[in-house]
Amino acid sequence: MDRAVPITKMTASTGTRKSYARTRYINGLIKHAILIFFCLLAIVPTAIIVVNSFKTRDAIFSEPYRLPTQETFSMQGYETVQERSDFVVYYRNSAIVTLTSLFLILLFGAMISFALAEYRFAGNSLILLILLAGIIVPIRLGSVSILRIMVSLQLVNTLVALILVYTAQGLPLAVFVLTQFFRQVPRDLKDSARIDGASEYRVFWLVVPLVTPAIATVAALTIIPIWNDIWFPLILAPGEATRTVTMGAQQFLGQFANDWNAVLAALTMSAVPILILYFVFSRQLLRGLTSGALK
Amino acid sequence: MAQSQVRQLRRKSFPFHILVFLAPGLLIYFVFMCIPLLDSLRLGLFATDGGVEQFVGLDNFVRLTSDPDWAPRFWSALGHSLVFFLINMLVQNPIALLLAALLASMGRSGAVYRTLIFAPTVLSLVITAFLWSLLLSPLWGLPKTILTPIGLAAFARPWLGLESTALPTLALMSIWQFIGVPVILYYAALIAIPNDFVEAAYVDGATGWDVFWRIKLPLILPVVGIVALMTFIFNFNAFDVVYAVKGALAGPNFASDTMMTFFYRTFFGYELQQPNPTMGAAIAGTSFAILMVGALFYIFVWQRRTQTYEM
Repeated sequence: MDRAVPITKMTASTGTRKSYARTRYINGLIKHAILIFFCLLAIVPTAIIVVNSFKTRDAIFSEPYRLPTQETFSMQGYETVQERSDFVVYYRNSAIVTLTSLFLILLFGAMISFALAEYRFAGNSLILLILLAGIIVPIRLGSVSILRIMVSLQLVNTLVALILVYTAQGLPLAVFVLTQFFRQVPRDLKDSARIDGASEYRVFWLVVPLVTPAIATVAALTIIPIWNDIWFPLILAPGEATRTVTMGAQQFLGQFANDWNAVLAALTMSAVPILILYFVFSRQLLRGLTSGALK
Repeated sequence: MAQSQVRQLRRKSFPFHILVFLAPGLLIYFVFMCIPLLDSLRLGLFATDGGVEQFVGLDNFVRLTSDPDWAPRFWSALGHSLVFFLINMLVQNPIALLLAALLASMGRSGAVYRTLIFAPTVLSLVITAFLWSLLLSPLWGLPKTILTPIGLAAFARPWLGLESTALPTLALMSIWQFIGVPVILYYAALIAIPNDFVEAAYVDGATGWDVFWRIKLPLILPVVGIVALMTFIFNFNAFDVVYAVKGALAGPNFASDTMMTFFYRTFFGYELQQPNPTMGAAIAGTSFAILMVGALFYIFVWQRRTQTYEM
């Protein structure tokens, strides 16, 4: 940038230099103002919900924009949620489903990608093409048959059904990202391991640590849609015991729509832990997404 | 010598270990994704008659598009899906591009903004939908308290309850949640543009405005195309936000009914409606065909026309 400016800067009189600096300053202010506006738009709605979840019903309606005071503080909503639902179970179910699917997507995805990037064999590019098609075709459109398959395997209302579907859904993108990274691993490295007598499986495990950034990208891309899904829990696992957070919250919120304290508390309980996790890992997540986008 | 030995070794042990690498993932992918998708397309050509599935050709599709029992719902759902997509496309992407350009121009100091703008994306759309339906609820009356001081009290109406505004309001909720995704994608593309290009233009006397429209935007056109395709695939299939706020009946009076809520009601059954898997499969098949048209348009028209520059 600086190299670009001097021509005008040097020839300009002091007056225009000042006005140039002022325009720059004003431009900067406008930039920040726009960004601050959108940041507030992103954060304030959730904040209003969270703040009001700690208030009495009267205060929610009379002073929606105030922080709870000693008189207006109330945990009544949380007590209702505690009594009438089981968020601990919902969180446990969501965690099991999300982490298991993520693990399987990364493991199987890396294995497929390694094979596709490493070996030449008949059907190699066909397999890659079929997998890539899965990135643009939404798996939800196969729901009629997925439900039938799960019924015949007696997997309806189990977490296993969700894990299998999410793994299938996540594999295409994982393979798409990982094959590109596996192709960049230097051949010498693998061949020298082979000369030392390493098996192909050993070579695979030697190479995996070299693609860690790609694995982080895949994890960042995969984890949010799985955690947040409502479609498959609704169709494959609507039962009380297998409810995920999204499903549990949906059921609870529908049922208690008129109990404002309970609704606000349930929303807070579903949103805040995720937001905290996000703020802790946001640097890694956004870096993963940014570097993934460049591929 | 060593090379040929390695090659020989690899050839000898060729088939089995490749199978081991491929089998687990491909098995799951085929059984739970490919086969169900193909089977659904097949089912769309069948009808259940007294518990027996019979091949009926394109009958289901004819009924969907012209039978008075099905056609009104089908065409309205199709229209709503397209409107929902268009609102997302026309509102979300320009704003996202603006935000990304602003973020890219400030380098590292924009990290806090990036983090905050992306934050809603990690929430579940169901949670977002409930959150906004509370905030917009006439009972709570927050829009009124905000709009009255600036003289726009007349605009404070039950947006989610009116037939004319329900669908656009739901689309805006979805935009609120997901705008972080295109922002990050555009941002990544913009910061990847080498500084030399931009500096050279400035030296030649270009303004910031010129640089954006004549240099940066053409360079990131491939990403603009990918984001448009993603927006299409994702929003044409909108379900979560509608279901969370309006249930599967997508009220008021089906004003927010999309292809996915229509599909869900039909194949899974809802309240008084009996499940009809084959008709549901026909709806899914139609969606599938429309998505493919969009994807092929992207691949054969957009990708061919836009030049990808090596940077």
